[in-house]
Amino acid sequence: MARSAFSISAALIVAGLIIGPVTAVLWRGGGFTALSAADVSALKFTIWQAFWSALISVVLAIPVARALARRAFWGRSALISVMGAPFILPVIVAILGLLAVFGGNGMLNLLLSPLGLPRLEIYGAQGVILAHVFFNLPLAVRLILQGWLAVPSERFRVAASLGAPVFWLLEWPMLRRVVPGAFAVIFVICLGSFAVALTLGGGPRATTVELAIYQAFKFDFDLSKAASLAVVQLCLGLGAGGLALFLSRGDLLGAGFDRVVQRWDGSKVLDAVCIGFAALFLLAPLVAVAIAGVTGLIDLPSSVWGAAVRSLMIALGAIVLTMTLALPLATKAGEAASLLGISVSGLVLGTGLFLIVQPFVRPSSVALPVTMVVNVLMALPFVLRILRPGIEAARADFGRLGQSLGLSGFALWRIVYLPRVRRPMGFAAGLTGALAMGDLGVITLFSRPGEGTLPLMMYDLMGRYQMDAAYGAALVLVVLSLGVFWVFDKGGRAHAVV
Amino acid sequence: MLWCKDAEFSQGAYSLSAGLQIEAGKVTAVIGPSGAGKSTLLGGIAGFVPQTRGALYWKGVDITTLAPAKRPVSMLFQDNNLFPHLSVMQNVALALGPKLKPGATDRKRVEQMLGLVGLDGMADRKPAELSGGQQSRAALARALLQDRDVMLMDEPFSALGPGLKAEMLDLSVALAKEAGRTVVMVTHDPSDAARVADSIIGVSPNKAWPPIATQSFLSDPPAAFVDYLG
Repeated sequence: MARSAFSISAALIVAGLIIGPVTAVLWRGGGFTALSAADVSALKFTIWQAFWSALISVVLAIPVARALARRAFWGRSALISVMGAPFILPVIVAILGLLAVFGGNGMLNLLLSPLGLPRLEIYGAQGVILAHVFFNLPLAVRLILQGWLAVPSERFRVAASLGAPVFWLLEWPMLRRVVPGAFAVIFVICLGSFAVALTLGGGPRATTVELAIYQAFKFDFDLSKAASLAVVQLCLGLGAGGLALFLSRGDLLGAGFDRVVQRWDGSKVLDAVCIGFAALFLLAPLVAVAIAGVTGLIDLPSSVWGAAVRSLMIALGAIVLTMTLALPLATKAGEAASLLGISVSGLVLGTGLFLIVQPFVRPSSVALPVTMVVNVLMALPFVLRILRPGIEAARADFGRLGQSLGLSGFALWRIVYLPRVRRPMGFAAGLTGALAMGDLGVITLFSRPGEGTLPLMMYDLMGRYQMDAAYGAALVLVVLSLGVFWVFDKGGRAHAVV
Repeated sequence: MLWCKDAEFSQGAYSLSAGLQIEAGKVTAVIGPSGAGKSTLLGGIAGFVPQTRGALYWKGVDITTLAPAKRPVSMLFQDNNLFPHLSVMQNVALALGPKLKPGATDRKRVEQMLGLVGLDGMADRKPAELSGGQQSRAALARALLQDRDVMLMDEPFSALGPGLKAEMLDLSVALAKEAGRTVVMVTHDPSDAARVADSIIGVSPNKAWPPIATQSFLSDPPAAFVDYLG
């Protein structure tokens, strides 16, 4: 059948794009030169920081999620929407925001120093963990909030009428079910963290394995070392990815948060404080970037626009390629194949692709296509999770009707399936574009100065202490990536029938 | 004649055997308890349910291995007969080919057919803007416009009220007969069969029996259907 032929070739392409680089890494790094002391400490730090990042995110998320679950207030749904933003916000932009608030000359230090309190230092392990909590607290809140909202409201009513302890009766069992999954997901995300470690970490005490791969590339140009570190990262990711898959139930991007459970317990003041602190912690850096960005616009070097165009091209290319692969892959087997990619980090794929292309072409000449391909592989699992239900429903409802009318192949997609999944497709395309647009990962391995993407250029500007220009570029990047997201999401909704 | 020669249709663990002949140009009802396999029989004839044994002939031509769209069969499903995102015109015009913008000739043929089923002037509406009865009419128009000898009806009107259901049944059968079609219709209501069918195929669990003239089936039912008919 035509459909399965398409599906199989798409699955083969994706599997090949993952397995090829991994094989190259294993082949090159397989000799396994014993890990140096620095490598071992990178491995230890990676696990240590991921553990604490996940733990702090989850522990802080519990009271916030509880407050959001039981309080209705003005701006509640807006706040929950904003909590989805870190997912598509370019990492480097968020880091600039954190620097503006928590950095050496940040707002917090300006407040602290007149009081004679010690200055906060954001560079180092604490900065890495702070940034990870910033990114993952919203995710943890959403996952745990889902758990809270899944408890039927009748049970709270019964508990209230009995005067029973709500926490032990209803909330503790729910938390015990939901929290380990949330912890595992965040733990895995933080294990593969590169851009945060690159900008805020470094040095012997705050280098992750991913960062060590980058350093082996950039500073030592030791490909064997990079490859053996990539093997270490691969084992980490596969192990932890399996664990997360096993522990996590719940939909990372799910909707349906607009319900508030009526409750008869708990302190309003405490809830207000929790929500207030969470909102401040999440919003202050974003506002800081926006303000500093506007003044920084005048310092922007003209090379920003070239970088912006390159980033846009990567984003649009990634959208087209991701959608082309995702549609035929929207089956259970296809989703499983794409999940391979989520445990293999971008830098591992990048290392492998570097090893593969290096004998034939100058790696820097393929920096942009490689960045695009890696972003496609990273986006696919999310995109499939968004698209699959719609396509499967269309297939179940209209597959036979289409067949009996003789619709097949392209006509079947054009007439039946695509119109049914316009809305999720628009959302998924927007997400892919925004993620690709803001990615600061594999591009760092391949690109040369002046040929990079906008995030890479921001990193260069930060390295040269041109912070004003970096903030200006951040604003451009945010506007572009949110713009790409908005255009596609909106395009999917316009005239959509479902 | 539609001939299921020692046929068996299987879906997962379930299978239905059928050795029977359906007369061309007539209306044949398929009745039996729910879950017995009435829809499986229609699905098998239409090519949706795999045939695991025997053969299927239409007027002497072996159609056992043909894809659904290649069989001389049009089908009205129980639900989801119309694509909600397409207009009535587009939905019905799909009978003439995989095009969303039918040409003038095709438009004319569609409009003619819409007039025949009582949907004058509704061509540009979306299914959601039609009543349940009108949606059935649009689906009927498409099935009639598909130039296929056999029209299969898998209780397409079961969601309508009793009066409307009877009306649609009469209309479908009248138009199908006029076009010289052979009609095979599933129903769980013997009075539907009494109303329009020439003969009845009884389906008991795992077996579809050869058709019997409607009158004799209902007045003197085979042993397997005495309890069902009550």
